[in-house]
Amino acid sequence: MADTLSRVQRIIVDRLGVDAAEVTLEASITEDLGGDSLDSMDLILELEDEFSIEISDADAEKIKTVGDIVSYINSHS
Amino acid sequence: MLEEKVALVTGGSRGIGRATSLALAKAGAHVAIVYAGNQDAAEDTATAVRDLGRQALIIQADVSKAADVDRAVKETVSTWGRVDILVNNAGIARDNLLLRIKEEDWDQVVDTNLKGVFLFTKAVTRPMMKQRFGRIINMSSVVGLKGNAGQANYTAAKAGVIGLTKSVARELASRNITVNAIAPGFIETDMTEAISDEMQKSMLEQIPLARLGKPEDVAQTVVFLASDHASYITGQTINVDGGMVT
Repeated sequence: MADTLSRVQRIIVDRLGVDAAEVTLEASITEDLGGDSLDSMDLILELEDEFSIEISDADAEKIKTVGDIVSYINSHS
Repeated sequence: MLEEKVALVTGGSRGIGRATSLALAKAGAHVAIVYAGNQDAAEDTATAVRDLGRQALIIQADVSKAADVDRAVKETVSTWGRVDILVNNAGIARDNLLLRIKEEDWDQVVDTNLKGVFLFTKAVTRPMMKQRFGRIINMSSVVGLKGNAGQANYTAAKAGVIGLTKSVARELASRNITVNAIAPGFIETDMTEAISDEMQKSMLEQIPLARLGKPEDVAQTVVFLASDHASYITGQTINVDGGMVT
């Protein structure tokens, strides 16, 4: 869990240019971290590569927060 | 100019598509040629690409079927590991006066000429976003800008391509993917050969450069838009029409 979070944090920091401290489990990608819808899609693509998973469009739409990402990855990889 | 780039050209076996496949290969790209039905023509174009020292792949696909389109893009990416250039060139015409256009004539033309562009563009977006590089070039038509009696279905689809081009250009610009359209005028291909001599004569009168265009005229514009020379151009429609529309 901690490892997943730190890898996710690193990608989000890199993609959205935010401080790691802001990337909490509760943080919303669009509302708290300033990402737009295309950034969110970009993150999904990056996460797919990082964790060797495929995230369907339907699942991707449900992902709103950093915590959503971490729990999705932990239950699918 | 396009050394080691990977291009996918729909309707790539004949006419403007063939000239485009060859021009891209001459500029250094490997080419996946997507064709609807004429396998001999596709193989012939692939051989010509290989004669230029590049790799070629032929893929049969119905551009209006998402499953076919996804398969074509996957095959291209699995062969070369990437897809840099998409040329949405496949097109058909079912010309008739509005009152005589059957529903199926409308659907077939819009499915191939507009939906096909949507499906292929969507399918390459994922790999292109990951690459942070892409060049999408859509074949519109001068009649998509001007309208043309007897081509309501064709012109509607070709005008639609321009709207799609502009929207997708805005969506993907931040990912270094450019999206442009080309509006050819009257180009010497099988499609324009079907037009009567009388009609061809009246067409010539509308062209300031006073000749039909060649497929290569369009192909060279594709190469330019795919190259680094055009990296600051997106969302545009470039007319290659001998001056018909100004």
